Amino acid sequence: MRFLEFFRNNRKTTATVAKERLQIIVARERTTRNGPDYLPLMKEELLLVVRKYIQVEEGAVTIQLDKEGDCEVLELNITLPDAPTAS
Amino acid sequence: MAEVIVITSGKGGVGKTTTSAAIGTGLAMRGYKTVVIDFDVGLRNLDLIMGCERRVVYDFVNVIRNEANLTQSLIRDKRVDNLFILPASQTRDKDTLDIEGVERVINQLSETFDYIVCDSPAGIERGAFMAMYFADQAVVVTNPEVSSVRDSDRILGLLASKTKRAEEEREPVKEHLLLTRYEPSRVEKGEMLSVEDVKEILAIPLLGVIPESREVLQASNAGSPIILASESDAGQAYEDAVSRLLGEDLVHRFVEVEKKGFFNRFRLFRS
Repeated sequence: MRFLEFFRNNRKTTATVAKERLQIIVARERTTRNGPDYLPLMKEELLLVVRKYIQVEEGAVTIQLDKEGDCEVLELNITLPDAPTAS
Repeated sequence: MAEVIVITSGKGGVGKTTTSAAIGTGLAMRGYKTVVIDFDVGLRNLDLIMGCERRVVYDFVNVIRNEANLTQSLIRDKRVDNLFILPASQTRDKDTLDIEGVERVINQLSETFDYIVCDSPAGIERGAFMAMYFADQAVVVTNPEVSSVRDSDRILGLLASKTKRAEEEREPVKEHLLLTRYEPSRVEKGEMLSVEDVKEILAIPLLGVIPESREVLQASNAGSPIILASESDAGQAYEDAVSRLLGEDLVHRFVEVEKKGFFNRFRLFRS
């Protein structure tokens, strides 16, 4: 019996895949939802500033607002391109 | 004071209008004076599902604009006592709805009705916002499918921030999950998200599970709310949902594959 169950559980069903994908996307969307309204705009403007100096892609700037105890942490992440374009 | 219930989902085609018709009819059958309002201005459909399309004279927008009064616009259902329909306008667009106008109509209905069921349009634009703004309770209609679940989660976010209750910092809108088009046999095979999966992701109380049923299409063909098909699984599931809405505690039916017989016990070996 246990032997059979082992094989059953090992086979990842599409429903399991769906659940995992949803958990990730929903969690991500909830953090931006509860964040202040200015975050998306600030992200856009920051991207413009960065792009004035470095050619980065649309998704290269990520902003995350986390809470650590009483402290709110604004994490800004800019992914730079592999080979910097000479200017 | 009437209780205002919004039937919403974000995604289109998941069964909002079917649910509005069924729950509205169900509440009226229990003796509560109920009105179902179609907020889908421009694309009215509630009248068709409830079988009163040929009796529409004035609509919601006419009332908001004082072109007609409520008594002229409300359509009394011919099958069920205490049930009324306020149809949407077909000729205008969603932007015709204004918050003061909607509030005036809801307040006026609130004087004589027990329940006001608001059938929300799909999307997260003006029409959907108007439908949820005055809600005391929300039924979030969801299919066990990724895009529907994600949209439902977005709607839950709006219910928690963009409603009158949220703005006035009163007790939040009471949220209910209604899972529709559920197929236990596909869940068992791992082809469909289960009730538990969806409950875990959305984290709101479950009002009911409506099984996928051929009879829902038949009911809409005939313009008769599915809850009136009392022998059908879907009709019974809606009846249970109405009971739960009224505070009864019932076991959820139609969530397991129907046992066909003794040999079903050996399905582990067959699969």
